[in-house]
Amino acid sequence: MIATARTILRKDLRLELRTKESVPAMTLFTLTVYVLFHFGLDRDSLDGELASGVLWVTLLLAAVIGVSRLFAAEREQGGIDGLLLAPVDRTSLFLAKAAALFLFLVAVEVVAVPAFGLLLLGPGLGGALPELLAILALGDLGIAAVGALVAALAAETRARELIVPLLLLPLLVPVLIACAQASEPLLRPDQGPEDLARWLGLLTLYDVVFVLLSVAVFDYLLED
Amino acid sequence: MYSKGFKPLAGATVVTLATAMALVFFYAPLDADQGFVQKIFYVHVPMAIVSLCGFVAGGIMAIRYLRSGDSSWDVRSYVAIHLSIILGVGVLATGAIWAKASWGHWWVWDEPVLVSFLVVVLLYCVYYPLRFSIEDPERQARYSSVFAIAAGAFVPLNFAAVRMAEAYTHPRVLSQTGGNLPGEMRLTFLVSLLAMTLLFVTLWKLELISKHASMQLKRLKRKLAEREAVAA
Amino acid sequence: MPALPLDEAGKYVAAAYIVFLTLVVVYVAIIGAKIARIDRELTELASEDDQ
Repeated sequence: MIATARTILRKDLRLELRTKESVPAMTLFTLTVYVLFHFGLDRDSLDGELASGVLWVTLLLAAVIGVSRLFAAEREQGGIDGLLLAPVDRTSLFLAKAAALFLFLVAVEVVAVPAFGLLLLGPGLGGALPELLAILALGDLGIAAVGALVAALAAETRARELIVPLLLLPLLVPVLIACAQASEPLLRPDQGPEDLARWLGLLTLYDVVFVLLSVAVFDYLLED
Repeated sequence: MYSKGFKPLAGATVVTLATAMALVFFYAPLDADQGFVQKIFYVHVPMAIVSLCGFVAGGIMAIRYLRSGDSSWDVRSYVAIHLSIILGVGVLATGAIWAKASWGHWWVWDEPVLVSFLVVVLLYCVYYPLRFSIEDPERQARYSSVFAIAAGAFVPLNFAAVRMAEAYTHPRVLSQTGGNLPGEMRLTFLVSLLAMTLLFVTLWKLELISKHASMQLKRLKRKLAEREAVAA
Repeated sequence: MPALPLDEAGKYVAAAYIVFLTLVVVYVAIIGAKIARIDRELTELASEDDQ
């Protein structure tokens, strides 16, 4: 099962490296949104809660783009039927897609987070980096699991582009709450983590619930 | 199939509802802090509790559907969710009225229950477009069930997260239901909760009866049409 | 025990209960209408069948 998942994952990563459709778009999107926030909030630099909020909302919106495109390759080349005819168990498919989305998000954040530090953040990123990485990792995991589930749910409905954001964003509210609250003290001028453990705990619980749930339920999706 | 026991259930519901209303307006004492406005809680909080249980029940029925393939579970799940959404809207409406009466604003971010409901209702509203954009009935049932399960698991997580966040920014000044309700208030509240639960089950059964009847009708029409086609 | 003080607070409480009762009544009315329609169509079909 892991082997199948790895094969699908490698295919998706190779495809993304070749076509460069999702990650650059998501990255460009986050940079654009930073500019929008600059004009919308009329601020040169942010810190604390505002900074945390802007960063995480932007990342969530970028994730929506990634999720919409998660099964795009299969759809466009009629590949979904091919995948389904082969005896691929749905769990491998879920693991592969969630892993792909996770890696895409990490790739976007490699650019988007430093860019945020450059463009909008008042205090420097350096002091907060290790804790921020932990928050990003757990947050991305939750987004990846729920994102893959939502992508599959919406994969074959006619109103796909509308349903993905409407479904994904409310489901990710707990992730947003935890990540924003955890990041806020890290982005203040007097950086220092506060209550990090409880927010990371919430994130971990969310991740565990939704990974297990998606694995259990994925078998019933994308069938024929 | 569903009409067994409906009339006594409906009767019990009406009686309990009437009793609850009587208790609220003639028996329960006035709240020391909030005065008469507090009486909104006897309708707002039971609606919230029943709605949340309805969402979770819808998720459980969806699990039964996926495991058994029996489409009657899917219908039950759909109706439970449908009713819970309506109740959820009622929670938001009565919550807004209470907020206006207490604080002068039609909306406050201070109350974690109200804020959580906003997120939950926004999520469940997507149930309809998702469900009805899938035409194949078996696939429609399957995808709706997956949604119902994911959303049902989401509800408690969301409540926990919102409550944790609100505890930071807005320390809870007003305790809503609070563990320490004086005896008369507690009795009134419990009867109101019972009434709301009975009401939910009655309406749920009522809608199931209606759906079942319309499915029978459709089947009958189809059979008659086939018979005519053969005879012609 | 007063039932309905018609001052400020009373208006809001009344509004909340009216919202609730309206939801219930409208819902029951809609389902009732649906069932009535189904009943009507059933009797129509039954009489058609007899002809």
